[in-house]
Amino acid sequence: MLKVTEATVRFGGLTALDSVSLSVDAGEVLGVIGPNGAGKTTLFNVICGFVRPNSGTIEMDGRRLARIRPHQLAGLGVARTLQGVGLWPGLTVLENVMVGLRHQARAGLVSALLGLPRSDRSEVDLRASALEAMERLGITDVAGRPATSLPYGIQKRVSLARALAGSPRLLLLDEPASGLSSAEMTEMGEIITGLAQDMAVMLVEHHMDLVMSVCHRITVLDFGRVIAAGSPAEVRDNPSVTAAYLGNAVDAPGASA
Amino acid sequence: MLSAGFLRRPLVRHLVIAVVLVVVLFLVTGILSSYNNFQIALIASYVIAVAGLSLLTGLNGQISLGHGAFMAVGAYTTALLETHQHWPLALVLALSAVTAAAAGLVTGLGAARLRGPYLAGATLALAVGLPELTIKFTSTLGGESGLPVNPPPPVSFLGASFDPNRYLAWVSILCVAVTLVLLANLVTSRFGRDFRAVRDDEIAASLSGIRVAGNQVLAFVVSAACAGLGGAIYALATGIVNPAGFTLVLSIAILTGTVIGGLGTLAGAVWGGILLVYLPRWSESLSNGFKLNKVVSSNLSLGLYGVVLIVVILAFPAGLQGGVRQAGRALRSRFMSGPGSSGSTGAAAPAGVSTPVASGGGGETS
Repeated sequence: MLKVTEATVRFGGLTALDSVSLSVDAGEVLGVIGPNGAGKTTLFNVICGFVRPNSGTIEMDGRRLARIRPHQLAGLGVARTLQGVGLWPGLTVLENVMVGLRHQARAGLVSALLGLPRSDRSEVDLRASALEAMERLGITDVAGRPATSLPYGIQKRVSLARALAGSPRLLLLDEPASGLSSAEMTEMGEIITGLAQDMAVMLVEHHMDLVMSVCHRITVLDFGRVIAAGSPAEVRDNPSVTAAYLGNAVDAPGASA
Repeated sequence: MLSAGFLRRPLVRHLVIAVVLVVVLFLVTGILSSYNNFQIALIASYVIAVAGLSLLTGLNGQISLGHGAFMAVGAYTTALLETHQHWPLALVLALSAVTAAAAGLVTGLGAARLRGPYLAGATLALAVGLPELTIKFTSTLGGESGLPVNPPPPVSFLGASFDPNRYLAWVSILCVAVTLVLLANLVTSRFGRDFRAVRDDEIAASLSGIRVAGNQVLAFVVSAACAGLGGAIYALATGIVNPAGFTLVLSIAILTGTVIGGLGTLAGAVWGGILLVYLPRWSESLSNGFKLNKVVSSNLSLGLYGVVLIVVILAFPAGLQGGVRQAGRALRSRFMSGPGSSGSTGAAAPAGVSTPVASGGGGETS
C-alpha cells in the first residue's frame, strides 16, 4: 500500500534519512525502531508531507505522492497520531473526534452560515460516526469532557479515536505507548493488533516489548540508515541492532559484527 | 417528540432567541429618548465588530489590531453608496460588509503566514495606514474632513414624523440579530470546530485534513465582514465618516471590548459593545462630578476607565460573559443540589468550567 523508495533527507550538513526504503501493506503492522535521533519521526514527516525528501519517492497504491501536503492525507486514507497526544484542549472529546471525520462532512459554508437542514443532518451523521469510533476504544462516557482534562492514557485513546474516525487505510502511530502504564500498554497492544485486521499500521515506538509483540515486520534505523529489516525474531538476533542500541562490547573484541 | 427535535436544531434555537430579543428591543426603543436610540445604534455597531473580532481572536487564535480599519472600509462604502448613489439601505449595508470582507481577504492572505506579535504588528500597520488613504484620495474620500452620511429616512409607512434615530435603532438591532444568528450558526457548525482546532494545534489540525491557511483566511474574511457592517452602522449613526473616527484607538477599543466581554463568545460581544459606549461616558461624568480642574478631571476619566478594565479582568478572567456563566452555574448548583445530587453536580462541573469557548457563544445568540 505504502512504499517508500530510497528517501533521503538532509538538514544542512546532517543527513536525517539516508536512502531509506520500506513498504507496508494492509493487514500488517510495520514497526520502525531505532535510537533517539535515528530519523523515525523524520520518516513520518516525509510521508505526511511536512518534510520534502531531497531524493527518493513515496508511493501510495502505486501512485506517486509528489508534493503532498499534510491536509491532503486524510482524503487519501492516511491518518497519523502525534508524539504526545496533539489533542485540541478547547474542544470536547466528541468534538476532537468529529474533526477527525471532517472529510466526510457534506455541508458547505453557506448552509452552515444559514443553519440549513443539510448542515444539521451532516452534523448528526458526524456525531454518530464519531461516537461509533469512540465506542471501539471505550471512551464514549467522556464524550462531553474537554479533551485535555482527562488522564493521559485516556487522552491517548482519544487521539487514536480521532485518527481512526475517518476509517483510514494506513495508520501512522508515533509512540502510542509513551507515558502509558504497563497495563495500558498491554491494552494498546491489543488495540493495535485489532486495527491491523482492517488497515496497514506503521508504528514508531521505543517500548521493545510492545514492538516485538504486535509488529509483523520491523525496520531498524540508525543515523538515518536502515541497518536491519525483517521479522521481530530476525531483528532481535541481528548483532548490528544490538550494537546500535547498546554499543559494541568492549571486553569481547570480535564479538560484534 | 417532533417539536423537541425541531427546537434542538441550532438555527431554530438561534432564531427563537433572536426574534424574542428583537421584538423586545423594538418595543423598548419606543419609550427611549431619541438620544438613547442613537446610543443603541452606536452600541450595535460595536457589538457587530466585536463579535467578528471575537470569532477571529477567540475561536481562531488570530489577533488583529486593525479592525478599526475594516470598520473604516465599511463606513466609507456606506458613505459613498448611501449618500451619492441613493441605493436601498439593505443593499448598501450588505455591500459595506462585502467590501470589508474583500479587505479582510487580502489581509488574511498575508496574516496566514504570520503568528502572534508579528500578526499584531502587521494589523497595527493596517489600522494606522489605511485611514491615511482617505487623505491621498481627497476628491473621492473627502480627506481630513471626511464625507457626510445621510441618516437613513424611515420607510414611508411609518409616517413622516417617525423619529429617524428610532428608525436607525431598529435597523441596527436587526443587523445585530442577523449577524449574531449567522455567526452562531457558523460557530456551532463544523467550521467553528475547525476554527478552534486550528487555534489549539495547527499541526494536528492539518493532519486531520484542515487547510490551516485557508481556515485562517476564512476567519479573517468573516471577521472583517462583521467589522465592515459595524462600520456601516457607525457611519449612519454618527452622520459623518472621517479619518479621525477610525484611529488606532478604535481598533484597540474593539479588542478591549472583545476581551472584557468574553473572548470567543457572542454574548460577550453584546457586553463588550455596551461597555465601549457607556464606560467612557460614565467615567467622564463621574470625574466631572468631582469638580476638579479640567486637566485633572479629563485624565481622571481615563484613569477610571483603566481601573474598571483591570478590575473586570481580575474578577472575571474569562470576561463578563465568563462571569455571567459562573454566576449562572453558582445559582443552579445552589438551587438544584439537594443532599443526594451533590455528587452529580460535582461530576458535571468540570466539563462546563473549562469549556467556555468550546460550548462557545454557540448557544447564546444575543
